[in-house]
Amino acid sequence: MLEARNLKLWYGDFRALNGVSMSITPNAITAIIGPSGCGKSTLLRCFNRMNDLVEGSRTEGEVLFEGKNINDRRFDMTELRKRVGMVFQRPNPFPLTVFDNVAYGPRIHGLASGDALREIVKKALQSTLLWDELGEKLEAPALSLSAEQQQRLCISRLVAVAPDVLLMDEPCSALDPMATQNIEELMLELKKRFTIVIVTHNMQQAARVSDFTGFMLLGDLVEFGETQRVFTAPRQKKTEEYITGRYG
Amino acid sequence: MKQDSAIRLILLGLAMSSVAALAVITLFIFREGLPIIFRQGPGSFLFGSDWDPGAEPAAFGIFAMIAGTFAVTGGALLLGVPVGLGSAIFLSEFAPRKVATILKPALELLAGIPSVVFGYIGMLVLSPFIRDHIGGSGASVLAGSAILGIMILPTIISISMDTLRSVPRSYREGSFALGATGWQTTWKVTLPAARSGLVAAVILGMGRAVGETMAVIMVTGNTALVPKSPLSPARTLTANIAMQLNAAVGEHREALFACGVVLFVIIMVLNTFANWVAKLGKRA
Ligand SMILES: Nc1ncnc2c1ncn2[C@@H]1O[C@H](COP(=O)(O)OP(=O)(O)OP(=O)(O)O)[C@@H](O)[C@H]1O
Ligand SMILES: [Mg+2]
Repeated sequence: MLEARNLKLWYGDFRALNGVSMSITPNAITAIIGPSGCGKSTLLRCFNRMNDLVEGSRTEGEVLFEGKNINDRRFDMTELRKRVGMVFQRPNPFPLTVFDNVAYGPRIHGLASGDALREIVKKALQSTLLWDELGEKLEAPALSLSAEQQQRLCISRLVAVAPDVLLMDEPCSALDPMATQNIEELMLELKKRFTIVIVTHNMQQAARVSDFTGFMLLGDLVEFGETQRVFTAPRQKKTEEYITGRYG
Repeated sequence: MKQDSAIRLILLGLAMSSVAALAVITLFIFREGLPIIFRQGPGSFLFGSDWDPGAEPAAFGIFAMIAGTFAVTGGALLLGVPVGLGSAIFLSEFAPRKVATILKPALELLAGIPSVVFGYIGMLVLSPFIRDHIGGSGASVLAGSAILGIMILPTIISISMDTLRSVPRSYREGSFALGATGWQTTWKVTLPAARSGLVAAVILGMGRAVGETMAVIMVTGNTALVPKSPLSPARTLTANIAMQLNAAVGEHREALFACGVVLFVIIMVLNTFANWVAKLGKRA
């Protein structure tokens, strides 16, 4: 589905990725773990080319999406980001109503309007289990929701454009334990329809929800494999040190 | 500690004295200006179209000047708002950061150019151009609007840019991450989020235009008649006061202070409205 090949990235003179290769399996959850500043977010943002927005960043290597290199100049950015959506660390709903947040993607891509749009919004909110809570409050300002609801809303906003991949950058780090558990359950549910890549600080979370885990250190992907295997029988010493908490 | 409280006292004293000075000026203007408004009746003062201090009996109707003020200000907004907001949007959303950090202070320097210089350029270049290529005598609402339109740019651009920059980056990221283009993001997310600050920028620009005097005197022709077209001459409230106060005595002098009262109220209303709109945005 998605595959990075010898991916390198510089912020100015600083190299944040030293040649990362990894392949993302469809309809599975792939977790990227590692200490702060090791390049997890940077790697994730290569999959939808969000690093393009950072002035002075430069990428080398390939990211294949359905066999095509998205780093190619000719690749259609709008199409890429429609199909590879991103959830951010801090919930970032637009300062609009609940409805307008979810309808935002379908509208800018000209997917639907009128009743068809309302149906898309409803389905998207249902898929994140927000419909029961917010179905009557579609005109409420999104910023008035709880943090968990906001994060769910951000996920609904992606689901509404029917992407193939969901990139999640520490989606629970601004949430309390209860909300975190709810979002994790939601991820397991969403996995049936989407391919998910999640960055997390939280090793238990990676162990709980993911099928594959990659461990990063200082811009390198040190180890990558099935979650079960990485956590029980790490092949690299550094991975073992990190997951047993002896790192640093 | 002792030193601290002494400094606090001194600063407090300074602050109070500036407030007191403003209060005294305000009181003075109102004391000088209000009586004639009520003696003559607010209706005939505000909406009387005849201003003739030299006649027997003298006529003090300021409608022509109110109309002149709003005509010139409206024209200035017609020109200054699209250009100002457009520049602010371009600089904060689309221009490379380097360009913006150089251009913004440069534009703010515009605000430091004395208005007499703007007036001089208007007199020398703009009015003759209008006379030769568009029509009329050149000294006109159009000339005043054009000059004021330029003069309010720094206000509008600088406040708008600050507002746009204070819109959280995460909104833009969320939009880009959904595949929106830069323009869609600006139009549908950033501008709505910045709306109240942008309205405040426009209103403050308007306040600046209403209060401007020198440049307007130099290019508008100063005829105390309701302007019939953009090419007609006009006189603003500020110009009326500045040109006549020197020689005015008695009722005439009072009437000019009354013009000051009207101006004062207009500007207070604009500023209060701008503050209110800006606060409204912060709360949401
Ligand atoms: N916009 C940027 N400009 C310059 N350097 C950056 C930028 N973003 C990230 N970096 C640097 O790149 C490295 C990797 O950052 P990244 O955000 O990918 O780390 P991370 O693993 O996600 O960390 P965290 O767990 O703290 O989120 C860090 O050293 C960081 O300082
Ligand atoms: Mg990160």
